[in-house]
Amino acid sequence: MRPRLCFAFAVALCLCVALPAQAQEQPHVFRNATLYPISAEPIENGTMVVQGGTIQAVGPTGAVEVPDDAVEHNAAGKVIMPGLVDTHSHIGQVSGGDGSAAMHPDVRTIDAINVRHPSIDRARAGGITTVQTLSGSGHLMSGQTTFLKLRDGNTVADLNACDDRPIEACGGMKMANGTNPQRESGPFPQTRGHAAAMVRQQFVQAQEYQRKKQQAESAAEMPDRDLRMEGLVDVLEGERTVHFHTHRHDDVLTAIRLSEEFDFDLVLHHVSEGWKVAEEIAAADVPASIIVLDAPGGKPEADELIYRTGRVLNQAGVDVAYHTDDPITDSRLFLRQPAIGVRAGMSRSAALESVTLAGARMLGLADDTGSLDEGKDADFIVLSGDPLSVYTKIEETWVEGQSVFDRSNPEDRDFATGGYRVYDDAIQHVHE
Amino acid sequence: MRPLSSPLSRATLLFAFLLGLLLPSPTQAQQAVRADTLYPMTGDGPIVDGVVLIEGSTIAEVGPASEVDVPSGATVHEATVATPGLIDPRGTVGVSGLENVPADQDQLDTSAPIQPSLRAIDAYNPREDLVRFVRQLGITTVHTGHAPGALVSGQTATFSTTGGTVAQSLKDSLTTVAFTLGPDAQMRFESPGTRSKGVAMLRQELHDAQAAMDDEGPTTDLGQATLQKVLRGDVPALVTAHRAHDIQAALRLQEEFGFDLILDGASEAYLVAEEIAAADVPVILHPTMTRPSGTNQNAAFTTAATLHEAGVPVAIQSGWEPYVPKTRVVLYEAAIAVANGLPRRAALASITRVPAQVLGLENIGTLAPGQTADLALFDGDPFEYTSHVCTVLSAGDVVSDECK
Repeated sequence: MRPRLCFAFAVALCLCVALPAQAQEQPHVFRNATLYPISAEPIENGTMVVQGGTIQAVGPTGAVEVPDDAVEHNAAGKVIMPGLVDTHSHIGQVSGGDGSAAMHPDVRTIDAINVRHPSIDRARAGGITTVQTLSGSGHLMSGQTTFLKLRDGNTVADLNACDDRPIEACGGMKMANGTNPQRESGPFPQTRGHAAAMVRQQFVQAQEYQRKKQQAESAAEMPDRDLRMEGLVDVLEGERTVHFHTHRHDDVLTAIRLSEEFDFDLVLHHVSEGWKVAEEIAAADVPASIIVLDAPGGKPEADELIYRTGRVLNQAGVDVAYHTDDPITDSRLFLRQPAIGVRAGMSRSAALESVTLAGARMLGLADDTGSLDEGKDADFIVLSGDPLSVYTKIEETWVEGQSVFDRSNPEDRDFATGGYRVYDDAIQHVHE
Repeated sequence: MRPLSSPLSRATLLFAFLLGLLLPSPTQAQQAVRADTLYPMTGDGPIVDGVVLIEGSTIAEVGPASEVDVPSGATVHEATVATPGLIDPRGTVGVSGLENVPADQDQLDTSAPIQPSLRAIDAYNPREDLVRFVRQLGITTVHTGHAPGALVSGQTATFSTTGGTVAQSLKDSLTTVAFTLGPDAQMRFESPGTRSKGVAMLRQELHDAQAAMDDEGPTTDLGQATLQKVLRGDVPALVTAHRAHDIQAALRLQEEFGFDLILDGASEAYLVAEEIAAADVPVILHPTMTRPSGTNQNAAFTTAATLHEAGVPVAIQSGWEPYVPKTRVVLYEAAIAVANGLPRRAALASITRVPAQVLGLENIGTLAPGQTADLALFDGDPFEYTSHVCTVLSAGDVVSDECK
């Protein structure tokens, strides 16, 4: 290519990239659907208009003003609800700290996430539009988590779920207690008592670092920049919520005790025995992101994991979300979790909120996503029927007004059903 | 029976006989199950408003309520849907326990790659919590034992999920011998290190067992004696093979040695469905929701439907889980197969009649006169997430009566 042409090409490319895709986007209207706004009662025959990446209008068909140039979608017989929010997932080959320490407040999951990994397509096929990707539970603190919007994108920054801050700051902090972060050797605790002492010691140091920074009157007085301390200061200052893996009832209370001592924001995760301490969790005003497993066990601290945890916590007044913990449960089957919650007595409305708006609240993203409300991001899914039925198919997944999964496209359908080399070919997959 | 020796004894017997006519025997207590939809799984369609009449531990009569006379005094269990008690066609519950600590994990011994002498009955814990857990979800029978993971990991056996001892629970002490082909048989052993080596080792072992069959007198090698049962066709080989080329190796071994083959796992079976059908081999398919990784990397939700369409008998297993959930539940796995194209009755058959046939288990898997009174009672569509299993009958005993 000659230099001048090359330049022209680059300018053209720049224009394409720089212009927000939504700017010229035609409005889309979805008519005659059963709408589950989550923030309001279901609408039997509803219409939703989206444009420019946001929801323009939601209401009963006939009561919603539809622009003349809107692309028509007849959604008769379909259900439309907000895109699912998965508060705990390991998609995108995410990793965190290594065996060199039990706590890694400096380690960022954004430095590991592979946005082309097929697990992300599996999540789109499961109707997930917003996700917290976390490092594992084999450490007391395994790293900084990342909130992603599952829009099409080439880089992790393209998937930044926060519109007010860079991807580096768009996440929480992963912590864990109980047996997973305990090891027989290396710089790891062997007991619960030692685990809590190590965590407290780190936070005490971080408070001291924070104090020095606050009291420094000049650059010279500032403490040497310590990335581990900075990660912890983010937590102390409420910039990062702690997402705390915890199973046994006493471990749940330990997590709450630590959050109270150091005044950090806390979301409990898994909470297998939360049903035993529901009142205490409610009193601490701490939300719970929980998982349903088909059977208990697999490790001693999950031996009393039961289906009714969601119902018990919800009735005690705890904000409850479900999560996949993908690959522990499959992102394609996320809606099984609230459905099994209903099987164990949870109300339908609480169950549907648990995989949408409740999750968005726990990630601090409820102003943008999690319900079908005018002005919110156009993150939604189109289903063939009742969201809590085994027979229902997720037909379409939309993120900010862009379709990212369409079951009528055979290539997309493969992501939903699996098959020969579906998930390894997918590494090269690019949405049109 | 010894001959009776005195007139007094004869009189006693006569009295007892007459008393028997007058009083209902406690062992012949009558119960009935009445369901809006009854699936006998005998080949006919479901019965609307159906009744199963139970005498003691056995089914006496099955039919529409209009045709089955329920005696007054019989205990009646009502349900929206009733099916035969569910059969887990291949799992490890009872041999592998809920806690997942070394003390409760007996599904795989890695001291040698070929150990056909290991019996499931010597490891099964009928009081294991996972057994109780699956029972309350309608599973009355488990085919369990040695897991995949070695060329020959050991034997499997079949148990009722009710009973406090192995003897009380036992339905079949040697149901299959469990083989594994491919990488899953390699990772825990110095050898085999390749697929070909694994098959060569198995062929040698089978040839040796065959040669020893011609010797005078029975072999004193317990493993070889077990393989001889396989070679004679007394016990099927349950061969775990996931990748299509491993499935083909299993079919090749079957052709060479002529044993009864059941394919296990078989996640790429959809690539060789015609070959499996032509070989007339049944498949005990992986759990539908198995994670698509390792040798299962190409697993599909649609495989049960594909095999069913190809005419292959399909059972759906709970399989082997090394972590969480510690067991899968075949009711849920069959449900996902239905949602992905397997016809409803084929899905029910995959966890009732088909495993009974494939594993040679008599008297279970269908509802018909003379069958064991194992039933699962539901308050709605058995496959729907939000339905419950509300009553479970095992050999006529109510073993669960809470909606789960």
